Amino acid sequence: MNNSMRSFALHLFVLAILVVLFFTVSEYHSGNLARILVLSVYAMGYNLLFGYTGLLSLGHALFFASGMYGLGLAMQHLGTPAAPAMLVGLISAFVVSAVIGFLALRTSGVAFMIVTLMFAQAGYLTILLAGKYTRGDEGFVIPQADRAIGSIDLSQSDTRYFAALILFAVCFLFIGWLVQTRFGKTLVAIRENPERARMLGYDIQRHKLLAVIISGTLSGAAGAAYALLFGYAGATFSTVQYSIYPLLWVLLGGAGTTIGPLIGAIFMTYLIDISSEYTNAYMLIAGLALIFLTLFAPHGLAGVLRKKWLPWLP
Amino acid sequence: MEFGPYLFIASLEGAITAAVLALTAVGLSIVFGIMRVVNVAHGEFFMLGAVIAWWVTSMITAHPALGFVAALIVAPLLVGLLAIVSDHLVLRRINYDPERTIVATIGLLYVIQQTTLMTFGPEARPVEAPFNKRIALPWFELGENGFVLTWPWGLSTTTYKLAVIAAAIVILLILWLVMSRTRLGLIMRATQLDSEMAQAHGIHVDKVYALVFGLGAGLAALGAVLIVPIQQAHYLMGGDPLLLSFIVVIIGGLGSVAGTIVAAVLIGMSDGIISVFFTPTLAKIIATLLVAFVLVFRPQGLFGKPER
Amino acid sequence: MVAVVAMSLLSTQLLSKNYAGLQAVSNVSFELPEGQVRALIGPNGAGKTTFVGMLSGRIASTSGTVIFDGKDVTTLPAHKRMSMGMAYTFQITSVFAKLSVHENVALAARRVVQGGNAAVNQRVLEVLNKVNLADRYEQIAGDLSYGHQRLLEIGMGLAQKPRLFILDEPTQGLAESEIDDFVELIAELSEDTTILLIEHNMDVVMRTADYITVLNFGSVLAEGTPDEIRANESVQAAYLGNG
Repeated sequence: MNNSMRSFALHLFVLAILVVLFFTVSEYHSGNLARILVLSVYAMGYNLLFGYTGLLSLGHALFFASGMYGLGLAMQHLGTPAAPAMLVGLISAFVVSAVIGFLALRTSGVAFMIVTLMFAQAGYLTILLAGKYTRGDEGFVIPQADRAIGSIDLSQSDTRYFAALILFAVCFLFIGWLVQTRFGKTLVAIRENPERARMLGYDIQRHKLLAVIISGTLSGAAGAAYALLFGYAGATFSTVQYSIYPLLWVLLGGAGTTIGPLIGAIFMTYLIDISSEYTNAYMLIAGLALIFLTLFAPHGLAGVLRKKWLPWLP
Repeated sequence: MEFGPYLFIASLEGAITAAVLALTAVGLSIVFGIMRVVNVAHGEFFMLGAVIAWWVTSMITAHPALGFVAALIVAPLLVGLLAIVSDHLVLRRINYDPERTIVATIGLLYVIQQTTLMTFGPEARPVEAPFNKRIALPWFELGENGFVLTWPWGLSTTTYKLAVIAAAIVILLILWLVMSRTRLGLIMRATQLDSEMAQAHGIHVDKVYALVFGLGAGLAALGAVLIVPIQQAHYLMGGDPLLLSFIVVIIGGLGSVAGTIVAAVLIGMSDGIISVFFTPTLAKIIATLLVAFVLVFRPQGLFGKPER
Repeated sequence: MVAVVAMSLLSTQLLSKNYAGLQAVSNVSFELPEGQVRALIGPNGAGKTTFVGMLSGRIASTSGTVIFDGKDVTTLPAHKRMSMGMAYTFQITSVFAKLSVHENVALAARRVVQGGNAAVNQRVLEVLNKVNLADRYEQIAGDLSYGHQRLLEIGMGLAQKPRLFILDEPTQGLAESEIDDFVELIAELSEDTTILLIEHNMDVVMRTADYITVLNFGSVLAEGTPDEIRANESVQAAYLGNG
């Protein structure tokens, strides 16, 4: 069995486990898991840019929020049905990431981190400023009756879980495929040694821009799906904290692995979930995790797996 | 109040913001300039300064001035010490790698902020100013008999607010003297120019870095102690100073102390004045976009020279 | 000579580079006919790396023009010049240190080889055989010895099937036996590739080059066949004498 077949089998295996989990765990956990699956899509989008291309963005919440508000505002104010509203969400994330990518990629390294942070902050403030439509920090609820595609009611726990799983599966297989293509391997080359990649004749800027756009659009898809499946859009999702989360999930799960974002999102969500039962200072866990990961495990859980046991891990 | 006096008050409030911002941002700027790292936890050092000031003043209650003076000394020292410890435990171990440092200091941000939440609590707590006499300010008006000195109602400030501005100027002057006239300053500048060369000349770069990181944090804490009688201590108060310091350091030119001070005055003053014309949210949007575009199109800062 | 100019694969006219007032390369006009193996020699700091940097597009020129394959490429970014058929190996070894030997070469091959993975793999194996690294294709490039990394770098150039192959000090750090293999490789390659070689090892220069250009203080000091250059007194004074 060669590596790409092994990798494909692994992806299917993970998806199968996720199907089985729905029927075996309690409703509380399957609800959690649905949320985690959507957030994993966000993390996978982030991972494409951070893990594979080597670009550390501190402003991905802007892309997540673009999708969320693209869908939410269309449904709320234009009465758009769910399916076309999803498309509006995707398109707005696509446009926002293309513009931000075009501007921010003129910088690199630390400047890139700060530029993305600032653009996202401006986005968050804009959402507050447009409080008349977005209802600012308070946010707005998308009525349960509207949250349906055709006759499928997405607000029910089972349909919601499988809608999240389908979105996750599509993105998971897409990323798994993408990183095996010429394009994906070029991104890794750019991460490893951009000057060498350039002198092999690759157009670095074009590849980076495409990576930002795909990454931003996936993040937007997650944002739109989140609003649709959980019925709420609020400015919190565009704060710095929501830009830090995917970084945290990816670092914990393993940057530059297809499975890492899912592992990281599961672990971190449950860590925070459990610790918030004991204290309202639950972000302490996130802080400690960031420090320990940078110090001791920069390659995350899947990175350790890959190093010790599974060198072929995609 | 008429427009003229109103603008005058706004610029005076702006000058206070500018004074505290200058201290905080210079702290961030020297850390970036000498160590080449971005400290995202800088705002939390500021917050800790305010929280420690509350803690010290609530323990020493004999006279508000006594507690406040103690806070002015204790808070920067403790915060500086904490920064040195974090440098030792974290930053040094990741070799000051720029990107990993940002991730680690984001972690530090949460650790400090959330620990404060667990101990200090979610309330905003006031600190009494050591002196706080209200003084009315005069205004000139062109009347029928030429300029007339008037005392419009509401046009006033306090002695403490003026003292904050004076204190910030004095502290920055001292810092400038230390950096330019002492051996310690020379060592820091040598390390900034070329850390390997400095190492080769027997300078303990590790110690310089620890000291600089402590000094940067201490300056932020000092700024916070000065502002806390006006603003109250709260565990989330570090966000705005961090953002504003970023803005100032970037507009002033990364790592340039003089540029940072000029930019702090500019941003602090305009923050006061812009909020007369715009909503604070719009003012912040303009400021953050300004930073982003400066970095994209003029990475050397508005006042910096392009690199070679 | 007119005929030679017409057949040039690469030429420059009055090409210059200024670094903050320092003239690193000044007014170099240079012709490289198709199929030739040209060595570029000169003392350290003569401007050789800067000059080839301007040819490949790594370094922007201050003035002058670069013409490749009949087209003015002076303002073209490096990656476009590479896709026109140039390949470049770095003076200081620059491989993808964390990727496998196979993937290093595959990255170079993928841009030029038509067809799927199988075609790329075939090309990679061909190249690795040529540079004697076939048995190490699974190794991580950063774990290779310095000499092997240099060979890998050359392999990455070969994999691109370049029409013009620019090598910046390829034999630096190679063992004697590896140098012999390298000379052989160049001879084999020169049948269908034009080669521009910066080289300090005069033995390698004399064994491989058809024609030599000597740079000194950023200008062309002399040009000629190896024998002519050997006999040139000003070259001896500037370079060979204290070489």
